[in-house]
Amino acid sequence: MDRDDLIVNESYAVNNRHDDAHGKEIRKKILKVTVLLSVITAIEVAIGANMPRESGQLKWEIVKYLFIILTLVKAAYIVLSFMHLGDERKNLRNVVLIPYAVFILYLIFIAIIESNYVLDMFQAG
Amino acid sequence: MAGHSGDTVSTTELWGGGRSPFSVSYGKLMMWLFLVSDALTFSGLLIGYGFIRHTYEAWPVGEKVFQSLPFAGDGFPLIYVALMTFILIVSSVTMVLAVEAGHRLDKKDIIKWLTLTVIGGLFFLLSQVWEWSHFIHGGGGFITTTSGEVYHLDHLEEDLHEVNGTYVMPEHLTLIQNKYGEGEHTVIEGAAAEKIWGTMTDYYHGANMLRNEYAPHAPQYANFFFFITGFHGFHVFSGVIINLLVLLQVRRGAYDERGHFEMVEKTGLYWHFVDLVWVFVFTFYYLV
Repeated sequence: MDRDDLIVNESYAVNNRHDDAHGKEIRKKILKVTVLLSVITAIEVAIGANMPRESGQLKWEIVKYLFIILTLVKAAYIVLSFMHLGDERKNLRNVVLIPYAVFILYLIFIAIIESNYVLDMFQAG
Repeated sequence: MAGHSGDTVSTTELWGGGRSPFSVSYGKLMMWLFLVSDALTFSGLLIGYGFIRHTYEAWPVGEKVFQSLPFAGDGFPLIYVALMTFILIVSSVTMVLAVEAGHRLDKKDIIKWLTLTVIGGLFFLLSQVWEWSHFIHGGGGFITTTSGEVYHLDHLEEDLHEVNGTYVMPEHLTLIQNKYGEGEHTVIEGAAAEKIWGTMTDYYHGANMLRNEYAPHAPQYANFFFFITGFHGFHVFSGVIINLLVLLQVRRGAYDERGHFEMVEKTGLYWHFVDLVWVFVFTFYYLV
C-alpha cells in the first residue's frame, strides 16, 4: 500500500538547510521555469494581437482552447514549482487542490448551463 | 479500556504535537488554506464575468480596447498588459530566489531579492493606475442617434462642448461603426457623418459603473474590469506592504534567533498567488 505518512522530500521543512550546491540546483530550475513562463506569455500575446476574435468559427475556437490550456500550464508551473506544492506531501497537495477543483468545476458547469438559458431567453424576447 | 488511564506511558510514544500530519508548520498550512479560499473568491468573480459575458451576443474585443502605451499612444494591442504580466512574473521569480536564499540562511541575498520583489510590485501597481486612468478617460466616446444606433468617434475631441442642449460638431468629423466589436469596422466621413451627427441624442466618453464607451450596451464590461482588476490590484497592494514589512524585519534581524526564514516563504506563497490570479485575469479578461 502506498504509505502517505512517510516523509519523502523534506526539502522545504522549517529547519532544513540547503547547501550551496543544492541552492545552485534550485536556481537552475527556477531559471528554466522563468524562461518557460515568459515564452508562453509571449506566444499568447502574439496570437492574441494577430488573431481577431471570430466567435463560432472553428479557427477561433481552437485558439480559445489553446489559450486556456496555455494558461493552465502556466498556473501549474507557478503552483507546483514556485509555490513548490509539488514538493509537499501528498495529503497537503490533496487538501489544497481537490476541494478547490470540485467546487470550481461544478460552478463552471452550472454557470455555462444557466448563461446559455439566459441568452436563449433574451434572444427569444 | 478502563483501568488503563492511570498507566504511565513513555513520552517518546506520545504525539507531542511536534510534527504536523502535513509535514508543514501551522503558519504555512493556514496560508495554504487562506489561499484556497481566496482562489475561490477570484474564481467566483471570473466565472461571474463569464456568465454575464455569455448572456450577451456581442462583447468588446480585448486587443481593440487595450492597445495603448504610456507616452506612445495607440496601435500596440495588448503590449502593455503583456508587459505588466511579465513584470509580475519576474517579481514572482525574485520572490522564489529570496525563499531559496532563506534556506541557505543567506541574509544578504534575501534582502537583495526581496527588495527587487517590492520594486516589481510597485511597478505593477503604477501600471495598473495608468491602465485604469486610461480606461476611465476613454478613446473617442460615442454618440447615440434618434434611431438608437451607436457611432464612435475616432479620437477624443478635447473641446467638444454643449451649446443649448446640442453638441457643436467637430471640424473634421470621423465616425466609426463597430469600433470595439468583433469583425471589421466601418469609417464614415464627410456629409454622411454630418448627417448622422444631426440626429444625435447623446454623447458619452470613457467608462464608469453605469456606462462605458467600449460596450455601450453592457455596463458590466466596465464593472467587471473595475472589480476584477481592482480586487487583484488590492491584493498586489497588500502583498507589497507585507513584503516590505518582512524585508524590514529581515534587515532588523528579527528572524535570526529562529534559525530559519520561513516568514519569507509564507509571504512568498501569497505573492505567487497574486501572480497566479493575474495569469487567469490576463487570459479571460484580455485574451479571449
